[in-house]
Amino acid sequence: MIVATFQAENPSVGAAPQARGQRRRKAGIFSPIPRKHYALTAGIALVVLLAVWWAASAFKLVNPLFLPGPGEVWKSFRLWTSDNTLWLDTRDSVTRIMLGFLVSSLVAVPVGILMGTYKRTEAAIEPIVGFIRYMPAVAFIPLTLIWFGTTETQKIVILFIGVFFQEVLLVMDNVKTVPKQFVEMAYTLGLRQPAVLWRVVVRYSLPGIVDTLRICMGWAWTYLVVAELVGAQTGLGFRIQTAQRYLDTPLILAGIIWIGILGLAFDYGFKLIYVKAFPYMKRGR
Amino acid sequence: MSDLLAIDQVWKSFPRRKAEDLLVLKDVSLTLAEGEFVSLLGASGCGKSTLLRIVAGLEQETAGEIRLDGAQVVGPGRDRGMVFQQYTLFPWLTAQGNVEFALDDVPRGQRAEIAREYLNVVGLLKFADNFPNELSGGMQQRVAIARALALRPRILLMDEPFGALDAQTRGLMQELLLSIWERDRLSVLFVTHDVEEALILSDRVCVLGASPGHVREIVDVPIPRPRVYELRDSAEFVKLKQHVHGLIHDEAVKATGLAGVLARGGY
Repeated sequence: MIVATFQAENPSVGAAPQARGQRRRKAGIFSPIPRKHYALTAGIALVVLLAVWWAASAFKLVNPLFLPGPGEVWKSFRLWTSDNTLWLDTRDSVTRIMLGFLVSSLVAVPVGILMGTYKRTEAAIEPIVGFIRYMPAVAFIPLTLIWFGTTETQKIVILFIGVFFQEVLLVMDNVKTVPKQFVEMAYTLGLRQPAVLWRVVVRYSLPGIVDTLRICMGWAWTYLVVAELVGAQTGLGFRIQTAQRYLDTPLILAGIIWIGILGLAFDYGFKLIYVKAFPYMKRGR
Repeated sequence: MSDLLAIDQVWKSFPRRKAEDLLVLKDVSLTLAEGEFVSLLGASGCGKSTLLRIVAGLEQETAGEIRLDGAQVVGPGRDRGMVFQQYTLFPWLTAQGNVEFALDDVPRGQRAEIAREYLNVVGLLKFADNFPNELSGGMQQRVAIARALALRPRILLMDEPFGALDAQTRGLMQELLLSIWERDRLSVLFVTHDVEEALILSDRVCVLGASPGHVREIVDVPIPRPRVYELRDSAEFVKLKQHVHGLIHDEAVKATGLAGVLARGGY
């Protein structure tokens, strides 16, 4: 319904007179919906999912050993928080993820920028990276154990392997989106090559790179369990695996959901940075 | 006499894969005096933009030479202010920030003030703090002109700067450019495919023929200045327009390979 959406987006725009017997066009392709409707729909979907889950266990549709109900999972979560282990597990996992992500990004961002800018750098690195990134990170566990033992370094290396090879290619692609005319404009404004690279190429790609960092942070979370597969004594991934040994499915689910919530929080943090740092990226008129 | 800009027997060809080099400019010569407004006019594909890019130093001529103030042009530089057809304002900078970008040679403390002066010239002082995506196409091009002016270049190079604008806005932009030109006596090399635009703005119009691009005729525009909008209807202007249209039409027919089709009796 065109009139309604228009008002929702521009409160300052006056209401147009209502046409009589107007036809509503619902759910048009790409047609926007008010913010409130979006939040409401998302909320309803979540409630429905929880209800289905609850019903499945309450009416014994699924063996509770395989799928415990929400109540069981919540109890398990409370137990986990009661003796401070949740906090310790979270702290250790977040530290690992931050370190793995940081080391990966510190290398991937500058290398990706150079690959996107200079064809020769791309030629030297892209084929190798493209090859390695199809190797599963899990398969590197034995090798990393031989190299680093069951240390924290080994876990960070696994996270690095899981993230870096994707990240560097994404950063390269971010840089390649810089329109050629911006580079030419910069040259005609008298900038020399290093200045063009820094003040135009890097600056232009910055929003894209921050978005890439957000996505890669998500990958780091998905590799957490892999990183804590061997030789960890704490951590969310470690806790989930221990729970599996005791068939403690409520704790497994609590751990998975907690990881999801933490991942979402980090994702939201990055989106906040994006909005604050790049105000010009929001749609203009 | 010493010309400001000399385009001296310039040839340009692009290498092609599995084919002969593509010749786009054939022995083009043209001079531009200080304070002169010259247009490069031609149908699409006649190499006019390529020629301008060579003057800007963004392309390398295959043979010949470009001289600015007697010195050979070897690359882009601040002595030539460029305005492209596509919007080239840096999206992360405000209108003022974009103009300040051209003021690297000015002490930091004075940049803001000078940038605002140039925004005032194009009538956009009120929009100094707006980002490009908050400005219309015409406004963006005005900021781009302010930025090019802020370089205080020896010559302004404009590559179909109003080509992406609607007809009304384009007319206003032409008037704005004329008023700035008449005030500051800039030297301008202006690329366009619009006959009327070329005639209304220029002292001389260099009509380029196509495939390969060559100088077909250099037309003097002896219409007195300041030029006003109404002159478009004057007999002198209409006559010039018909003459130039004739030149362009011949070349366009040749360039598109439509000669045979049209001869069969289109209309």
